[in-house]
Amino acid sequence: MANHILSENLALDQEADRILKAQRRRQFVSATLRYGVLTLVGLIMLYPLIWLIGASFKSNSEIFAGAGFIPNEATISGYVQGWQTSTPYTFGRFFWNTFLIVVPKMIGTVISCTAVAYGFARFDFPGKKVLFASLIATLLLPNVVTRIPQYLLFRDLGWLDSFLPLWVPSAFAGDAFFVFMLVQFLRAIPRDMEEAARVDGANTWQVLLFIVVPLLTPALISVCLFQFMWTMNDFLGPLIYLSSVDKFPVSLALKLSIDTTEAFEWNRILAMSVLTIMPALIVFFVAQKYFIEGISAGGVKG
Amino acid sequence: MSGDNRFLGLFYLSPYIIGLLVFTALPFAASFYLSFTDYNLMSSPVFTGLDNYWKLFTGDRTFRKSLWVTLVYVFTTVPLKLAFALFIAVILNYKLKFINFFRTAFYVPSILGGSIAIAVMWRYLFADVGIVNMGLATLGFEPVNWFGDPTNALFTITLLRLWQFGSAMVIFLAALQSIDKSLYEAASIDGAGKFATFWHITMPLITPVIFFNLIMQMVQAFQEFNGPYIITQGGPLKSTYLLPLYIYEEAFRRFDMGYASAIAWVLFVIIMVLTLIAFWSSRHWVYYAGDKRS
Repeated sequence: MANHILSENLALDQEADRILKAQRRRQFVSATLRYGVLTLVGLIMLYPLIWLIGASFKSNSEIFAGAGFIPNEATISGYVQGWQTSTPYTFGRFFWNTFLIVVPKMIGTVISCTAVAYGFARFDFPGKKVLFASLIATLLLPNVVTRIPQYLLFRDLGWLDSFLPLWVPSAFAGDAFFVFMLVQFLRAIPRDMEEAARVDGANTWQVLLFIVVPLLTPALISVCLFQFMWTMNDFLGPLIYLSSVDKFPVSLALKLSIDTTEAFEWNRILAMSVLTIMPALIVFFVAQKYFIEGISAGGVKG
Repeated sequence: MSGDNRFLGLFYLSPYIIGLLVFTALPFAASFYLSFTDYNLMSSPVFTGLDNYWKLFTGDRTFRKSLWVTLVYVFTTVPLKLAFALFIAVILNYKLKFINFFRTAFYVPSILGGSIAIAVMWRYLFADVGIVNMGLATLGFEPVNWFGDPTNALFTITLLRLWQFGSAMVIFLAALQSIDKSLYEAASIDGAGKFATFWHITMPLITPVIFFNLIMQMVQAFQEFNGPYIITQGGPLKSTYLLPLYIYEEAFRRFDMGYASAIAWVLFVIIMVLTLIAFWSSRHWVYYAGDKRS
């Protein structure tokens, strides 16, 4: 009897062992396949960027000579000459211009979107439903349809060839996406602390400043980062509104350098391309947690 | 908050309301009006009724070509990009080491993708003697004339979009990771295979995210500008001359603001109709947890 049980257990054990082994083998095959696909796709995705950085240190004669990314004779002449540009200004000027657009835009966005999201998430008022619907509609409204009259409006205001058209609309909570994202964040935050503060006599803007903003900080960092990226990458806005070279941001300056030197000076173009993506790359790697969280929470364009 | 002035919320909304009126609603209405006018910036707009639209649909071959190219571009790019993003997200959604590393690697192109620098890079990659053709030669293929051939040129622009699948993928991945694991256990006890589990459990649960990505990607794809402007300048033979390029050139090169507004409105109506179709159809295929079917 005892033997019988023992052998049955043994058989069960062996059976379980076999199943477990088969399972492990399947898992191994599955994991290998997954890693294989991911590595291959990752290489295809990233190699162009690696090549770009490597090629920016090559000489012009070497750029199209092979598919490798390591230069035979590394040179920084692309950077030196590219930085000088064919204009009276260096690339430093164009970075400074970009900075002058990005910073007011980020500050304006954060302040206006926080206030508006707070209004939507914490108050009841006449017309709230209609206004929230308008927010969603703005989110889906293609810019292409408002661009021409906006241009005419800024022309009448005398703002053409200045940075104002590039950041003022954002300072009026013009990027509906960010408002929407912050409203979603706020709705997930319990109101207990705010209500306690109100009972203690704080008014609503004190509550906003001292309770809501600290709780919202991670979301606000996400907002800043996305606005930074999108503004760095924006090309059509500056193309339409800026005409003097001394006001060009890096995106326009790069286009200008293509037009003036591309026929032969490839490494200058590549070197300046690398420089213009560097700020975005560095910010992304330093703060990628906020990107992934922001994009997963609200869902993002891009 | 109760007890407050019932207009207090509107005070906090005031930047938005002003911005909405001045920078969105007013331009929106103005653009509709302008589309019925002849306006070259020098004199004031002259109302010409349906002339612009008549010309667009009967006499303007560039418009017809541009519209066709835009539709081909959107209807190839968006499904390919979503399918690829979902495919990679499903592979990533597994107890893998380095999942964060891969997620980051796949997301980087989305961060940079819209920039001019990347469009410049694309020109070099797909040049006749660029590394893409070198790679093809190594594999034994003939070099491809990426920018000279109309079909290839549009495909090259499409590839630039596909390369930026990361943001859609991150959203898919977040949705996949939020699915309750007990559902999979239940399915496996019931003997469901992998494919059945994916089709009957995973897919329904992520339809809201598919819907969201679909709308966002579509609205953006219809407005693609940087890629074709920098890489191909709309050519060859207008094969990459997407409507946003045409609108830009009519408005800001030829200063034909009325005509450009009419094109913009046609594009807007197309986007709106497709969005409405998506919303309308969503009730048949988008599953929201908590509604009566659950």
